[in-house]
Amino acid sequence: MSAAPAASLERPDALRIEHLDVVYRIGVRELRVLSDLCLTIRRGESYGLVGESGCGKSTAAFAAIRYLARNGRVSGGRILVDGRDLMALSPGELRRLRTQSVSMVYQDPARALNPSLRIGRQMAEVFEAAEGLGPAASLERAAQMLSRVQIAGPERVLKSYPHELSGGMQQRVIIAMALSTNPALLILDEPTTGLDATVEAEVLELIGRLHAEFDNSILFISHNLPVVARMCDRVGVLYAGELVEEGPAASVFREPRHPYTVGLMRCIPAFGRRKNHGRLSTIPGFLPAPGSVVGRCVFEGRCGNATERCAREAPPLVDLGGRLARCFYPERAQDLPRQSETPAPPATSAPAGTSAPPGTSAPPGTPARPLLRTRNLSKTYQVSGKSFQAVHQVAIDLDAGETLGLVGESGSGKSSLAKLLLGLSVPDGGSEIEFAGEALPARAHDRTPAQLKALQIVFQNPGSALNRSQTVRRLIGRSLRRAGLFGRARETRLRELAASVRLTPRHLDEKPRQLSGGLKQRVGIARAFAGAPGVVVCDEPTSALDVSVQSAILNLLVELQNEQHVSYVFISHDLNVVHYVSDRIAVLYLGRLLEIGPSESVFSGPHHPYTEALLSAIPSLEDAAVKRIRLTGELPNALNLPSGCVFHTRCPRKLGEICERQEPPLHPAGEGHAIRCHIPAAELGQRSSSRVSDRSS
Amino acid sequence: MITQSAILRFLTKRALLSLATLAILSIVVFLGGQLLPGDVGRAVLGPLADARAVAVFNHQVGADRPLVIQYWDWISHFLAGDMGTSFTFRAPVAPFIGEALVNSLKLAGLAFVLVVPLGIAGGVWAAMHVGRLGDRGLVLLGQSLGVVPEFISSIVLILIFGVWLRWLPMSADWPEGAGPLTQLRYLILPSLPLVLVFFGYVARVARVGTIEALDADYTRTAILKGLSTGQVMRRHVLRNALLPTITVVASLLGYLAGGLVVIETLFHYRGIGALIYAAARAKDFPMLEAGVLTVGAVYALASVLADLLSAALNPRLRTIGA
Amino acid sequence: MSAGIAPVSLARERLNVALRSSTLIAGLAILTFWIVCALLGARIAPQDPYADNLLATLAPPSPAHWFGTDQLGRDILSRVIVGARDILIVAPLATLLGTVLGTCLGLCIGYLRGALDDVVSRVIEAVQALPLVIVALMALAAVGTSNTTVVLVIGFVFTPLIARTVRAAVLVESDLDYVAAAQLRGDGALAIMFIEILPNVLPIAVVEMTVRLGYAIFFVASLSFIGFGIQPPSADWGIAIAENYSLIGSYWWTVLFDAGATASLVIGVNLVTDGMSSVFET
Repeated sequence: MSAAPAASLERPDALRIEHLDVVYRIGVRELRVLSDLCLTIRRGESYGLVGESGCGKSTAAFAAIRYLARNGRVSGGRILVDGRDLMALSPGELRRLRTQSVSMVYQDPARALNPSLRIGRQMAEVFEAAEGLGPAASLERAAQMLSRVQIAGPERVLKSYPHELSGGMQQRVIIAMALSTNPALLILDEPTTGLDATVEAEVLELIGRLHAEFDNSILFISHNLPVVARMCDRVGVLYAGELVEEGPAASVFREPRHPYTVGLMRCIPAFGRRKNHGRLSTIPGFLPAPGSVVGRCVFEGRCGNATERCAREAPPLVDLGGRLARCFYPERAQDLPRQSETPAPPATSAPAGTSAPPGTSAPPGTPARPLLRTRNLSKTYQVSGKSFQAVHQVAIDLDAGETLGLVGESGSGKSSLAKLLLGLSVPDGGSEIEFAGEALPARAHDRTPAQLKALQIVFQNPGSALNRSQTVRRLIGRSLRRAGLFGRARETRLRELAASVRLTPRHLDEKPRQLSGGLKQRVGIARAFAGAPGVVVCDEPTSALDVSVQSAILNLLVELQNEQHVSYVFISHDLNVVHYVSDRIAVLYLGRLLEIGPSESVFSGPHHPYTEALLSAIPSLEDAAVKRIRLTGELPNALNLPSGCVFHTRCPRKLGEICERQEPPLHPAGEGHAIRCHIPAAELGQRSSSRVSDRSS
Repeated sequence: MITQSAILRFLTKRALLSLATLAILSIVVFLGGQLLPGDVGRAVLGPLADARAVAVFNHQVGADRPLVIQYWDWISHFLAGDMGTSFTFRAPVAPFIGEALVNSLKLAGLAFVLVVPLGIAGGVWAAMHVGRLGDRGLVLLGQSLGVVPEFISSIVLILIFGVWLRWLPMSADWPEGAGPLTQLRYLILPSLPLVLVFFGYVARVARVGTIEALDADYTRTAILKGLSTGQVMRRHVLRNALLPTITVVASLLGYLAGGLVVIETLFHYRGIGALIYAAARAKDFPMLEAGVLTVGAVYALASVLADLLSAALNPRLRTIGA
Repeated sequence: MSAGIAPVSLARERLNVALRSSTLIAGLAILTFWIVCALLGARIAPQDPYADNLLATLAPPSPAHWFGTDQLGRDILSRVIVGARDILIVAPLATLLGTVLGTCLGLCIGYLRGALDDVVSRVIEAVQALPLVIVALMALAAVGTSNTTVVLVIGFVFTPLIARTVRAAVLVESDLDYVAAAQLRGDGALAIMFIEILPNVLPIAVVEMTVRLGYAIFFVASLSFIGFGIQPPSADWGIAIAENYSLIGSYWWTVLFDAGATASLVIGVNLVTDGMSSVFET
């Protein structure tokens, strides 16, 4: 990123927040969501605001555009946008400010566009409002903006309705709309969360390029630290409504001076780090309820460096020469003791009444046959006369105690594959699924209780995965009943399970709405492990959780695997997490297996061109200089698959005609490694091995 | 992109669905009329009638044939325009139904024209002031009016406007050859209870739709673009808010046309509701069945129209299901 | 996310909201009044509701007869009090029947889906096309009218309507992962429907029941008015209005108080419904 330009004397700062307090009224109480926030974004600068959920970053963004929710209000401080006091503006002036000086782009582009109006209409509105242009002239300007955001064929897009465009396109349209009037300040609130990795990389690149072209200031809000590191000149870290650290992005991330930032950075699995290198760090404790911490440091309850002073006094923001930190001991931040939760008490061996899944009793090391095997696994849907191949001829093997990571973007078929394995969806004829040497009935309905116990799942969204009308005890207890446990034995096993996922007995009688996301996910894990399963499918188990909670859950999963010798099919879009947790990795694209092999080999190469592009799209804290491999074109329509190799329409290494005519078979490329490509393995891309970091954090 | 053929396919699909619904309805109505009473003849002639008279009656009306044949006979004639012969009048049913339907549609039309704009305006207004006194008041008012039976509100209105103030005629039985304006004057009072009952319903749906649209992300985008409140409401909110209202309003039309039993009886109005009621009292099953099926057909037609309108306003619907 | 997100139990929170809801309390007050009237009936009536007094027919309201007298000289106030009984038996019973059947049906078609859902939904749509009064008329014309048949007919007529609402809620629940989790541990369809899903759709069914209760009273009153509901010689309000309607021009009191009683009852139920939905929204 370019160095921050010097503050211009003629033009005021794009955004200046001075001692901002924001409260929300819930019921009869008022909760303080932002405290004493001070923040300045100079002209042309890009500023990243990071924090986990509940820290108040979105509130800050909405306050800056004076669009707080009905029950929110600014209870103190000032906000100056482009030199003007936001709270002192009349409605008419506010509207003009929103038209001309500040724009916002937020998450979920599909919902930000009016589904009943064509794109052209929605974009033209901006010009009509800002410059008073007529409809024809506005449309022309709109077309120009679309070209600037690299949308080919702008006329066609202008005539389309939002639901006819892909997610990435929609977000570009929104960015185009936001930049139409060349605002002084552009606010981006989690603009790429929810987009695929490759699409995200493109959108981020676009934002970076436009930032240079348009020379506006950017407030970039995200929970994703590597993305912020890449996009922003300066960064501010928010925790529980307070700014705890601020400074140039490179310097803050390289050498954080606040214990929270230090903890946060350590939670993220470093690129190349694997589970056998050791557990991930966590931040112990929980986020305090808003407004509950008064008169002391807001992070004190979770800080390994905390002293008595921290519990008695609230530290001010200390200026460390170009950097700010809200801590009494910033110089000691780096020495924060590494926290990993203590290992849980080992669960006793499978209790009487449940039989250990066949095939898992063999100790690791003996060449057991694969625990789970699929051959020709396919699932085709019929949609208005055409076939949609969600999963096509996928063959995977999974050994006992092993983790297979499933990687793919939207449309890859990884969720469909999970459902097929579990029996929640019926595969096409000719598909084979084998468990412990026996053919597995396709539908869960037809499987024996032993088979059902053996194959379990941990869901992505802990909120919907738990029946909100049941207590934790009942939730886990019902699974135990199905596993054949009753009465005293069940109660004992229940307590063991709870302990193994670090739930206290108090939690057993609570209902899901009383638990945090991380705790709910632990309940889900306990439930999956109730019957001592052989294989657990983990479907994006940490995607809905904050970074600091994620590391604790990942540690738990690895621990349970080590103790109980269970296998995982680990689905995730986060490649670093997959790399950390998996022994082997399978890459899916449009329902097809493009590559499968040991994690190291898949990551370092030689690997499939798609894998290569995926890996280059990961924003990483370590190396910002990775040359991103751009994929041309868009994801093909699943109803109209390309002939031959499904990837050839976007492949940067496309050989030629053979890729269009013939679907490549899986070629071996090393020990246990297979790649579906016409290009011989030796000529495929490799990541240089120096990439693999040996940071021991 | 949206093609002509896609729209055509959508329409055809909807029309077929409606026909299927009507077919099922006709079966249900027929079974209701033939099965429920057990023995048709017995039901009509009463428990004291001679068994032979009952048998003769049943044979005359063809009630002793197999059910499927009876149904087929009935429905094929119905579709050709012959709705059977009334037990009471011993005359073809169709003309009665025709005249009554026209009358009911007039009354329903007036009520419709009054309640829809009022209800939508009320609902949108309430949504814009959601949570505040005006909103709560409107919702409660609408709901309260909605649950008061029509005959109650009719009586109160008759008392006020007919007896005490003497502004409007108490029965809708206008003299022969009355012009449209006179007919209107007679129709106002009977339409008011309908308006009261359905105001709450329409307002509620409009309110919910508007609230959802106001809370939507795209409304936020529009506001943050700097558009004025009027522009935001007109261009973004109302289009999406009123979509669900349309479907509901269409079903309203069907209900209005038939649910007038009580009102038409109270006001001595010769509409289809009164016809059905009289047929029910007299156990005139052919008339009863024909009347009920006609009402169902009106409703089905109204919902197809509503779907058309929805598709015209909602681009997504045109491609889904095509 | 913080731990202890909702430290108070759901039941307690709902109770709090309930106690503060003025509409709920007002509605319950009205309902209680009429329930007491229905239960105690003649015992709290100032005079004998069935006693003819041919010397004082059609007397306007006065200190002796607060609501006046009817064609047979009977005290209208007493009759109004006693008239609450039949409707407060028939309407709730019908509603209960419809709710129980409708909830079960809605659970089945919402969870099992497939051909069953397609067929039943079509039938429901078809039947919905008809106004309830008409359907009730047809059915009652066929089977004859008595309190029992009215309960059955209205109950069956409500079943598809309630089933539709419950089905929509069940569809939403079925998509949630906890249902898949139950399937994966081998729970049968019955267990999933009634043990897993039902507790989560129960609030909706309860609100729907109170809404339907209002309509049930509406319909029973209307049907009684046109002679297809509660049968004479009950002092039911609908019948009283029908009997005296032709006198409305000169003897308004014979009709107005019964009408007012009916209106107050339905409004009371409506207020309770309103209060309940805000309680269950938490």
